Amino acid sequence: MKQQRATKADATRRDFLTGTAGLAGAVALAFVATIRSSRATPAMMQAAIKQLVGEAPIRKGKVMIDVPPLVENGNAVPVTITVDSPMTAADHVKSIHLFNQKNPQPNVIGVHLGPRAGKAALSTRIKLADAQTIVAVAQLSDGSFWSDEADVIVTIAACVEDLQ
Amino acid sequence: MTVRTLINVPAKARRGEVIEIKTLIAHPMETGFRVGLNGALIARDIITTFRCTYNGEEIFRADFSPAIAANPFLTFFTVATATGTIRFEWTGDDGFSVTESAPITVE
Repeated sequence: MKQQRATKADATRRDFLTGTAGLAGAVALAFVATIRSSRATPAMMQAAIKQLVGEAPIRKGKVMIDVPPLVENGNAVPVTITVDSPMTAADHVKSIHLFNQKNPQPNVIGVHLGPRAGKAALSTRIKLADAQTIVAVAQLSDGSFWSDEADVIVTIAACVEDLQ
Repeated sequence: MTVRTLINVPAKARRGEVIEIKTLIAHPMETGFRVGLNGALIARDIITTFRCTYNGEEIFRADFSPAIAANPFLTFFTVATATGTIRFEWTGDDGFSVTESAPITVE
C-alpha cells in the first residue's frame, strides 16, 4: 500500500518534470524563432531583389563582385563591384545594388550612375553578420538586369553583437 | 563639431580621362540592431545618402544602409570633362549633413 503510494507520487513528479521540460523547450524554440526573425533570410533577400527588378529576368554575367572569400572581421569587409559596360550615352549602367542573406536587413548599398561615370565600378566596406552569400544586381540603360554572387566566410560577425 | 573627411581627387587630368575618386568620412554608422550596456537598443544613426556633383551636375549617388561599415569609404569613377569643382554631400539620420569640395584642373 505504502509502496504503491510512493510510485504514484513518483509518477506525478515525472509527469510534472516532463511537462515543464516540454514547456521550457517550447519557450526556447520560440526564443530562437524570434532571434532568427530579426535577421534577413534568403527569402527576404529575394523579396528585396524582386522589389528592385519586378518581373524582369536577371541574367548572370557582366557584373563582378570582388570580395575576400574568408574574412576575419565582419565589421569591415572590403567589396569591389565592377560592371562590364562601355558607359556611353546609349549603353551604360544605371544602377548597381548589393544585397545580403543574413544581415538584419537585405539591402547593403544602391548606387546610381550614368554615362558620366566613364567606368562602372565602386569599392566600399560593408558589415556582414554571418558567413553568407552576397548578390550584386546591375541595371543597364536598356532595362536589363545582370547579377553576380559571392560567398563570404566570416569569423567575427558584425551588426548583432552586444556591448556587454 | 567638424566631421573629418578624406577626399582623393586628382588635381589635374586630361580631358576625357576616367579618374578615380576616393572618399572617406568619419561616422559611427550605428546599425540600430545593437544592444547597449543598459540592455536597450542603441538608436540607428547612419548616413543614408551620398551625392557627388561635378560642376553642379550629379555624377554619382549612393543610398547607404546600416550594413555599410563605420567610417564609410567609397571609391568610384568619373570622366574629367571640364575644369571646376567636384562637390560631395553626405546626409543622414538626426539631420547629419556634411559638404566638401575638391577642385580639378582639366587640360
